[in-house]
Amino acid sequence: MTLFTTIYSFLYQFGDSFAYLTLSALGLAVIFGMMGVINLAHGEFVMCGAYITILTAKAGLPLPLAMLTGAMTAACVGAILEYLIVRHLYNRLFDSIVATWAVSLITQQTMLIFAGPSIEGLSTPFGSFELGDYSFSTYRALLPFFAITVLAALYLLFFRTNYGIYARATIQNAQMAKCLGLRTSRIYSMTFALGAGLAGLAGALYAPTITAVPTMGSSFIVPAFVTVVTGGANVLLGVLPAAGFLGFIQSGMTAAFGQLAGQIGLLITVIFVIRLLPKGMGHLFNRR
Amino acid sequence: MNTTDSTKAAAPAALQMPAVQPWKSLADPMVLLIAASFFTPLFFSEGGVSNFAYCLIWTFAAIGLAAMWGFGGILSFGQTAFFGLAGYCYGVFTINLGDSPLSTWMGVLSGLLLCMALACLLGYMIFYGGIKDVFIGIVTLSVTLVFETFMAQTAGPQWAIGSARLNGFNGMSSMPSLSLPGMGADNILLEGNYFLFMVLVMLMVVYLVTKKLLGSSFGLTLEAIRENPHRAEMLGIDIRRYQLLIFIFGSTLAGLSGILYTVWGSYITPSSMGLTASAMPIIWVAIGGRRSLAGAIIATVALLNLSQELVVYGSQYALVLMGLILLVVVMTMPAGLLPTLREKFSKQ
Repeated sequence: MTLFTTIYSFLYQFGDSFAYLTLSALGLAVIFGMMGVINLAHGEFVMCGAYITILTAKAGLPLPLAMLTGAMTAACVGAILEYLIVRHLYNRLFDSIVATWAVSLITQQTMLIFAGPSIEGLSTPFGSFELGDYSFSTYRALLPFFAITVLAALYLLFFRTNYGIYARATIQNAQMAKCLGLRTSRIYSMTFALGAGLAGLAGALYAPTITAVPTMGSSFIVPAFVTVVTGGANVLLGVLPAAGFLGFIQSGMTAAFGQLAGQIGLLITVIFVIRLLPKGMGHLFNRR
Repeated sequence: MNTTDSTKAAAPAALQMPAVQPWKSLADPMVLLIAASFFTPLFFSEGGVSNFAYCLIWTFAAIGLAAMWGFGGILSFGQTAFFGLAGYCYGVFTINLGDSPLSTWMGVLSGLLLCMALACLLGYMIFYGGIKDVFIGIVTLSVTLVFETFMAQTAGPQWAIGSARLNGFNGMSSMPSLSLPGMGADNILLEGNYFLFMVLVMLMVVYLVTKKLLGSSFGLTLEAIRENPHRAEMLGIDIRRYQLLIFIFGSTLAGLSGILYTVWGSYITPSSMGLTASAMPIIWVAIGGRRSLAGAIIATVALLNLSQELVVYGSQYALVLMGLILLVVVMTMPAGLLPTLREKFSKQ
């Protein structure tokens, strides 16, 4: 029985780490993979999703609806940001990094000034269950399944809908897509909004488990980056194996040597993965 | 994806060979400005001088980044990693070996050498491993965060090198100042005005050397690589070697900043390597003009000074303003403030 508990506890840790990496990375991966823009304001979309979820849930909205509102709001903010700023920087990679970073800085610090250092969080739903000597949070145990559901939904979106076909055509050859009559600029804004919405969803899903602070974005942006970089430009084929691999390393290191070793191990693994596979793990599947 | 961003305007300038006229460097406005700065103690109070020196300390990291980013096309988030590494190295050296002129300058030298060695190792991995563009930024950022995370957990007596405790999140403190051997028994402590003079001399040297380096055939080759790596490779240039060399150069300059910072405040903490800290040099250089060393220097001093003034009201306001300036500059003047202004004036 204890063996089972130990195995489950490792699986729980792994799932937790996997879900965190996947959910925080997806929004960034969509924007980077589809548009080639590095969105450093990613963390602020996460924060937006979390704050709106908490505020609307406090106002009496049921939690799933509040989460949806959070993700939708982040998507709308993303669409506005794309229209105002990102649109003008499509061919200037470094400038788009710097500009979105400036947006992130402004948002974060303005929130600190106006919303204060933190707001009261929500209680985690579903309570907890016990196994052997340990107690596990049911909600956190469910998060990996949410992550997989979101991945599946993205797969359907990109491979089974008209938008998906247009979006993939635009990535493959924007000029050609334009010639065939696609409004690529609209595809780009929709894709950016989708990425922002996914980031907001990550914030919304984690809202009940963390304390929301204006700087919470930075705790999401590092795992998001390492996952996207490890995975490469291919959204679905990249994020899934990368999050699985990194989640395994992180939970293994954490179990063996503690939290900090997990963090450091994660970052060092990324450096080596980039060294060995400069195009990311997704590239392994593309060669065939 | 177009990696040679906004190069249309700069391309003709890169094609012109700079005239080799040694006397011309004396008429460079930046050199005159640095020379004029030697007279600041006449006009400023003691606190003002110390503050000015603090702003100048960071210019080395900015020059290094401008050389790497503007001329070599390498966006590194690692400046603060080298900054911190050299700072810690100076601390460990001087706390163990005492405050004699020899040991303090040994500390400076070892800090710089350590930076060079690490930059060599990291750069070898990056450039000879085929890591490109944005991924360089991510790798350097990861390294910076590993350093920060590691140093932040070094609290406790087991984390000590010799008699120097690393002290975790609180950082190291009470390092001695730099000094020069004096005529009599006492050494000349490089503090206050003397510290400012030393930083200015270093800045002058670094500025002229960097300018010379970037104007030489090495610098031009570097620009050719930035404009079009494939073309440069076809022409028989080993692009990896050039990029590695400029990376080592830029990173070591960040190390110099770190050492001077540690000397100035006699402390160094892991938070000087955090996410926000590591983006600061990028802000200054982007605002000042990444292809303009003078722009980077002036922007660094001006923006740091501005943040210092605003910190009185709370660091949030300083950062919001910094973000706004950055956004406006990036959106409206992609080349940076100084080059844009210069172009405007030369047209009239």
